[in-house]
Amino acid sequence: MAKTLFDKIWDKHIVKTIENGPSVLYIDKHFIHEVTSPQAFQGIEKRGLKVFRPQQVVATADHNVPTINQHLPIKDELSRLQVNQLIENCARHDIELYGLGHPFQGIVHVIGPELGITQPGMTIVCGDSHTSTHGAFGSIAFGIGTSEVEMVFASQCLLQSRPKLMRFNIEGKLNKGVVSKDIILYIISKISASGATGYFVEYAGSAMRELSMEARMTICNMSIEMGARGGMIAPDEKTFEYIKGRQFAPGNGQWDKKLAEWQELYTDADAVFDVEIDINASGIEPMITYGTNPGLGIPIKGSTPVTESIPDEGERKNIIKALEYMGLEAGKPLLGMPVQHVFIGSCTNSRIEDLREVAALIKGKTKSPLVHVMIVPGSQQVARQVKEEGLDKIFAAAGFEIRQAGCSACLGMNEDKIPAGEYCISTSNRNFEGRQGAGARTLLASPLTAAAAALTGVVTDVREFLS
Amino acid sequence: MQAFTILTSRFVPLPIENVDTDQIIPARFLKATTKQGFGKNLFRDWRYENNDETKPKADFVLNKPEYSGEILVAGKNFGCGSSREHAAWSILDYGFRVVVSSFFADIFSNNALNNGVVPITVSDDFLEKIFALDNTATLTVHLDAQELIIDTTGEKEHFDINPYKKTCLLNGYDDIDYLLSIKEEIVEFEKR
Ligand code: SF4
Repeated sequence: MAKTLFDKIWDKHIVKTIENGPSVLYIDKHFIHEVTSPQAFQGIEKRGLKVFRPQQVVATADHNVPTINQHLPIKDELSRLQVNQLIENCARHDIELYGLGHPFQGIVHVIGPELGITQPGMTIVCGDSHTSTHGAFGSIAFGIGTSEVEMVFASQCLLQSRPKLMRFNIEGKLNKGVVSKDIILYIISKISASGATGYFVEYAGSAMRELSMEARMTICNMSIEMGARGGMIAPDEKTFEYIKGRQFAPGNGQWDKKLAEWQELYTDADAVFDVEIDINASGIEPMITYGTNPGLGIPIKGSTPVTESIPDEGERKNIIKALEYMGLEAGKPLLGMPVQHVFIGSCTNSRIEDLREVAALIKGKTKSPLVHVMIVPGSQQVARQVKEEGLDKIFAAAGFEIRQAGCSACLGMNEDKIPAGEYCISTSNRNFEGRQGAGARTLLASPLTAAAAALTGVVTDVREFLS
Repeated sequence: MQAFTILTSRFVPLPIENVDTDQIIPARFLKATTKQGFGKNLFRDWRYENNDETKPKADFVLNKPEYSGEILVAGKNFGCGSSREHAAWSILDYGFRVVVSSFFADIFSNNALNNGVVPITVSDDFLEKIFALDNTATLTVHLDAQELIIDTTGEKEHFDINPYKKTCLLNGYDDIDYLLSIKEEIVEFEKR
């Protein structure tokens, strides 16, 4: 029978299925971090258990860590406690930890792929919703809650019901100045922040094949922002090329065997999805959000909605509330609006390729004196590459502040916060109320659009800078 | 996990859509290393002026003494956003056992169920009916019959719940108990 990519992986990982209930899904890789793991460690310890398969768990500290002076003890007491507890827990349970100071440390969804831990055909979970990022390699990867972290600690399994499947067929060529972040912001704006709830999504089509692995990760990363459990892209030559030679990639003896397995991972021609949606890539423009969920996005030259003409009352109320929080008027363009902050980072857009794109755009230019620009590399490895390639000099000359690896202003758990009432163009994935600090106003956009705003100090169409 | 069978209670209405977990419990409160004590920061930024506990926002429902109960009733797409289970813990710790909405985000539903909080999905119409009730009305959740009843009018609606999850809730046991019971099968699977 014709199978989808999802089904091929899913079926291979089912230990058993409970009658009238969920299935027991075996988990290959389990990433953990300091924020969503402490209660799970406590949970299994209360039951007198050790972590069942510690060699399948990889830990890092990312959410809560400072992005300056990482060599010093963490100032914030609670953050320090949480990070220290991760160190102790990992030591007690024999789990490999890439903590602060380790050359592999970084945002969990950046380090998994760059170390070659993330591989096609795997089941991957983490107590973090953006685990969907790893689906870019053709794996089933999804975020879980802390109770589920505890389940995986205890049994390397989870009880899961098979989700419905949705496929986006994205065909055609991207316009100048349009990158993968724009594709995903466009898709979410079309189907809404809850449009894919209950589904697992596959992204396919010629436009996907064209994208680099980094760009694919950006797309899969934000699957959760339309409610999907996860998103995936079938692996291809680019995927294999990316993995080959990385730290934990299969070695020479294993490579050919693995490769042969991976090459079977695609959706069969006549496999059936519950929902299929066609997207024309050439119809997409650079995108920006104006509201307080990632679905409230518009083309950069567009205007905020005219609220009176929204037929659905619930939606109208939502958008009025969002505009009010954002301090924006209905029916007005965003272009030319001043912003005070630009944040380039997060597991969505903090990979070396993102930073190269930004550097290429701003090289030889300086930022507007009216904005504060923060660049936070996704990992120590990215930070090293930035230096090696001399990008740091370009950023410094432009007046951008480069920080150390971590989640940073993506979620405002450490000191990197946006002050109340101020605007931040952010390459992260969430524009919720207070996400970047209480009262902060977030406009989500691509690294290119963010870099353009850094230069001008206002919401800018990046195409002005591209000849 | 505490078992759940039947609950009759007044309810707290929150007629807002897309309530994300960053609103339920802002990230800055995720630094705790235990599950307790999150209730006092539930909806923190909607509840207090400038993050100041001495300045409750009078118009926010948790600050209105006339509303109380163990049931939270919210607009559609409740619990979207971050997977933080702290959202479910804060709801439970505050004293809610049930959340009613016309739509729940996936991870939130799972997290809630794993902590003995019952997410009940009702139709948009039924949700509107509940929002239209006055603050003295009570609702009854009958888990075994899978019914949500408006006690004053007797109107009721059937709700869906995964049969396995229902059994877990009725008996107060959780997934880990089950997974541990099949450990040998898991070890066998690993050899395949
Ligand atoms: S960068 Fe942001 S979205 Fe990504 S894992 Fe960190 S906090 Fe979550």
